[in-house]
Amino acid sequence: MAVTADTVAHLATIEKSQGYWRSVWTRFLRDKVAVCAGLVAAGLVLMAVFAPWIAPANPLDGSMIKRLSPIGTEGYPLGADELGRDMLSRLIYGARLSLFMGVVPVLIAFTIGAAIGIAAGYLGGWVNTITMRVLDVLYAFPSVLLAIAISGALGAGILNGLLSLTVVFIPPIARVAESVTTSVRKLEYIEAAQASGASSLRIVRDHVLGNVLGPIFVYATSLISVSMILAAGLSFLGLGVSPPNAEWGLMLNTLRNAIYVQPWLAALPGVMIFLTSISFNMLSDGLRSAMDVKQ
Amino acid sequence: MQQANPIMLSFILRRVLYTVPIMLGVSLVCFALVHISPGDPLVSILPPDASVELQEQMMAIYGFDKSYPEQFLRWLGLALQGDLGNSIASGRPVASEVLNAVGNTLVLAVTATIIGFTLGGLFGFVAGYFRDSWIDKLATAISVVGVSVPHYWLGMVMVIIFSVELRWLPATGAGPGGSSQWVWDWEHMQYLILPAVTMSVIPMGIVARTVRALVADILQQEFVSGLRAKGLLDRGVLAHVIKNAAPTALAVMGLQLGYLLGGSILIETVFSWPGTGFLLGQAIFQRDLPLLQGTILVLAMFFVILNLLVDVAQTSLDPRLQRG
Repeated sequence: MAVTADTVAHLATIEKSQGYWRSVWTRFLRDKVAVCAGLVAAGLVLMAVFAPWIAPANPLDGSMIKRLSPIGTEGYPLGADELGRDMLSRLIYGARLSLFMGVVPVLIAFTIGAAIGIAAGYLGGWVNTITMRVLDVLYAFPSVLLAIAISGALGAGILNGLLSLTVVFIPPIARVAESVTTSVRKLEYIEAAQASGASSLRIVRDHVLGNVLGPIFVYATSLISVSMILAAGLSFLGLGVSPPNAEWGLMLNTLRNAIYVQPWLAALPGVMIFLTSISFNMLSDGLRSAMDVKQ
Repeated sequence: MQQANPIMLSFILRRVLYTVPIMLGVSLVCFALVHISPGDPLVSILPPDASVELQEQMMAIYGFDKSYPEQFLRWLGLALQGDLGNSIASGRPVASEVLNAVGNTLVLAVTATIIGFTLGGLFGFVAGYFRDSWIDKLATAISVVGVSVPHYWLGMVMVIIFSVELRWLPATGAGPGGSSQWVWDWEHMQYLILPAVTMSVIPMGIVARTVRALVADILQQEFVSGLRAKGLLDRGVLAHVIKNAAPTALAVMGLQLGYLLGGSILIETVFSWPGTGFLLGQAIFQRDLPLLQGTILVLAMFFVILNLLVDVAQTSLDPRLQRG
């Protein structure tokens, strides 16, 4: 009897999820803005992956006589930076570190935050109270301030930047995970699974995860845009990525002094940050409405 | 306003009490900042050839020879008395440096919030009222751009357009008198325009999004069709919509002000605005940990208190709670 109830509930979730994902995909394809944003985002990722094949020059090779060449100089289609390095190549290579610094913290925070939130939500009681109150403390900082505080104390460096951004994104993700899990836990089929004798771990794995990961994931994707801006912002302040690496925030920082000489050249890296951030933002919006997640 | 009822009062009291452990936690995080930073905290104060006795003496003066809980309590006690230690770079008390800078950041953040709230509220309202029209689409696009644009880059672009190319407005600083003498006259205000407008883009996008959703939601509720059925004209309906949307919109505005206060570092760096963000930038650049710690503590406390005020204000404005 116990086995049957569990199996039926199990089959029901699987069947539901297959049809569900197909309908999500169809709805997503109908959303033109989201599809365009997805294509731009995919293009940026491809650009990062294939940078050595696309970029016309080595992003670290400078030429003293080409310093701050204007946009459209022969051999330098987007000009050259303050050390005479090809701007186009640096923007292309910059996608690597910039995307890495923007996306990876959200991925790690998604894993940790979802685990914390689901555990707190499913276990409830004092575990929930203590976990959420501890997270409230980190939540009590504005995100920019917390990221700058941690990486400011740790000092510059890619790892320190990743660490501080991850710490910033864990509390909001855990909060969403906790609230979604708490609402799922009260549903009848969970009660049914509990009554049939399934273990907590099994209920979470088979019945809870499938219903909560979607909304948590959608929420996490909406943070990528923020993370991109923050990660580049850290490098812009001299934290995060250090020279001579090509990273858009750092490039903005070093080109800032050239603002009176080659103003529009100095603004170029920001265009890339903006493009990435807005395409991930709209992609996430499209994903949310296609998955019909309410927030 | 009506007489406050017991339910509301007890909520407010609980909310105030809840702030105490949060503040304690926040100060613990700020305390920990200095201790997660690599290297000996005394390296930046002492000359490299300092004798062992001198090192030990300094350790004792700064209290680094005690256990962490003792150090935390000592630090917290001093902080409560307004002593945040001395800046390593300038030697001046951190508290007075932060106090000087907070005023300038408030000027910038409050101005930006007012601009952002007015424009965002307007866009959001029109968009929610004429849902799915071209105005709605435009307002939605503006709000997406507002939340996706790297504001420090937008600041650079503003400087390029209005200072470098057009030469209409000054690019950096806060006008004559430097950091300590802010006055509301044109001489000074022209320095405020670019950073404030740049900063206002963030709350504008978020407020527009919130207000649009609120207005569209309220218009779909039954009482609106009820009002319409009673023959109330559009203008009358509008007043009801505003009344219902205002508490949430104001709460969002309050929170945004908090985010701007804490997040102004990037914009203040771009415009060399002499506020707390600029101070933080200096602290990071010179690895001045007491200054970093003190500034972050003050900004985070501002944020916690602002959150508290927003919650309390929202509760007292909520008509459902007023009636009990």
